[in-house]
Amino acid sequence: MSRKLVIDPVTRIEGHGKVTVILDDDNRVMDAKLHVVEFRGFEKFIQGHPYWEAPMLMQRICGICFVSHHLCGAKALDDIVGVGHASGMRILPAAEKIRRLGHYGQQLQSHTTAYFYLIVPEMLFGMDAPPEQRNVLGLVEANPGLVKRVVALRKWGQEVIKTVFGKRMHGISSVPGGVNKHLSIEERDRLLKGGDDLLSVDQVIEYALEGLELFYDFHEKHRKEVDSFAEVPALNLSLVDEEGNVDYYHGKMRIVDKNKSVIAEFDYHDYLEHFAEATEEWSYMKFPYLKALGREAGSVRVGPLGRVNVTRSYGENTPLAKAALERFHDYTDGKANDMTLHTNWARAIEILHSAELIKELLNDPALQEESLTLTPPESAWTGEGIGVVEAPRGTLLHHYRANREGNVTFANLVVATTQNNTVMNRTVRSVADKYLDGKAEITEGMMNAIEVGIRAYDPCLSCATHAMGQMPLVISVYDTDGRLIDERGR
Amino acid sequence: MNIRITLDGKEIETTAGTLLVDVAADNGVYIPTLCYQRGKPCLGTCRACSVRVNGNVMASCTVPVAEGMTVEVDAADLNDMRKALVELLFAEGNHNCPSCEKSGRCELQAVGYEVGMLVSRFPYRFPPRTREHVAKYIWLERDRCIFCQRCVEFVRDHETGRKIFTIDDRGTHASIEIDVALADRMPPEQVREAAELCPVGCIIAKGVGYDKPIGQRKFEVKSIRERTLERSRK
Repeated sequence: MSRKLVIDPVTRIEGHGKVTVILDDDNRVMDAKLHVVEFRGFEKFIQGHPYWEAPMLMQRICGICFVSHHLCGAKALDDIVGVGHASGMRILPAAEKIRRLGHYGQQLQSHTTAYFYLIVPEMLFGMDAPPEQRNVLGLVEANPGLVKRVVALRKWGQEVIKTVFGKRMHGISSVPGGVNKHLSIEERDRLLKGGDDLLSVDQVIEYALEGLELFYDFHEKHRKEVDSFAEVPALNLSLVDEEGNVDYYHGKMRIVDKNKSVIAEFDYHDYLEHFAEATEEWSYMKFPYLKALGREAGSVRVGPLGRVNVTRSYGENTPLAKAALERFHDYTDGKANDMTLHTNWARAIEILHSAELIKELLNDPALQEESLTLTPPESAWTGEGIGVVEAPRGTLLHHYRANREGNVTFANLVVATTQNNTVMNRTVRSVADKYLDGKAEITEGMMNAIEVGIRAYDPCLSCATHAMGQMPLVISVYDTDGRLIDERGR
Repeated sequence: MNIRITLDGKEIETTAGTLLVDVAADNGVYIPTLCYQRGKPCLGTCRACSVRVNGNVMASCTVPVAEGMTVEVDAADLNDMRKALVELLFAEGNHNCPSCEKSGRCELQAVGYEVGMLVSRFPYRFPPRTREHVAKYIWLERDRCIFCQRCVEFVRDHETGRKIFTIDDRGTHASIEIDVALADRMPPEQVREAAELCPVGCIIAKGVGYDKPIGQRKFEVKSIRERTLERSRK
């Protein structure tokens, strides 16, 4: 009699999903799937709203990476009003720098949350550790000093967001054609020098380095386990600058293969010409792929691992992150890295990279400029816009259309977690094969291994389709007739 | 003519015929208003300024003071009644402050804070209301309309004096309407004034939302209570 194992919901991720694993009579893994069981509908209910409201409303899809949605929407609006793609214009450099500052602040904050709160517990205690230890409270008990530094690090990222957007969550800064506020000298100095329980930017860089060291130590002790855990193939996608290295805010889309050969590179406005989205009846989340290569070969990985695989080098302006990236690349002899748990290595590098980028921006006097918005003539109106940024979880796309009355008539979001759908499913299958296959008894640790694989992508299922839900893990075992024969929860 | 009235137990001297809501403000007593604006004729539509006058509850923007009048503003039942009136306004429309561009500048939101409203005790109606976006410069977000009638009475075509906004139908079928032909010849300054006049985010100027950063918006800089009392002192 075959068995169906269900992990529902998957824990310590953003949103609501479940995993099913089908075992045959000999406990061999027949199939494994990640299902996304939420539905939100933001793309529909923005329709009929004024176009300038879109970045404010759409960012509320997420309480984690709202800045990315806000900026993506703002970039789409730049296009719509005529300060973008069609006119060949860009917003003023000072406005772009302020947007970038908020963007990097969010990346630092979001990655810090994912890395330290959600992922480090397994790194320190192991996948087999009891669930009551395998969480941030376990970290507090084991290493209170580390947790204090993590809280301070995350707080600093939040303060960058608040400084730019006016609020720690769902603030407002970007308007069509620019931003509505610059940084005062006092605001800049507070972030640079710290004070009032706030870190200085140099302390932030120091703590980010410590986070990276944490991965190095973990890797040193568990090299075989880390490297062999869910090594799954995929192409890698990132926005890149003119030199072909990651640009978190703007650039072309570049896709590279295992040898880092460029498979495709194009303006993100042409995304739909290159990508199609497959659907499956068992998940609300779609499966994007490169049309030219087909669904199996054309699926991409986005996010920290995708970005560091695409990027050849960081700039001289971020020397510590540059050195860290070189070490990362050396580990795979310059080839793209398919080891899922190395996503956490990449994430730790990006925390450091963000901190160094922020430091550079804070020292740029452009942040204090008064002129921040371009108002294009009415004739520049295009009525259609696409915005893409590298959100913490990967490449995020917003596509809007508005009619001349200002009414949003169409909206489409392609979020990073959706891009990762196929590679996450490959990861689930790989972990199931390794940890569950042929085993007579399925333990808590084995099931958690599957969650560890998913968690490496820091998936935001809420954005990918979408609901808040209780987070206890339930494992259900079904017979071939779909009858529940066993169930355990935690 | 100078007269004396009693306001929340305190005897004060004032001028006969002055509107009670203004007398209260001049004497440091804030009474929330949503339809009334000092210096403009009273509309009496929102009732948010309800107080007790000589034992009867009435809208203070409609009451000229008279000799010997006894007025109660700060009483538990009256405070709760005004709060309930504000809650009803929220429950009657579709108000989504977090993404509304009037947030921080919205009088309904500001008055909601002043009366201590956290949630409506009344079930939300979620009325289906269509937006009107045909006019060239003005977007009518009907979800937010509280039918105060400020725009109806005070926004007129400069040339003909005709009303640009009207309220069609009655009761739950009532709907704010716009004369698009007249609206499209409103000069930019009048568009701004109309948007400013609207106590909520129903009348909004197209394409210019969110221009004020969070923290620098009207009622974040100075509360509606401070503004009312300060204006009255001048």
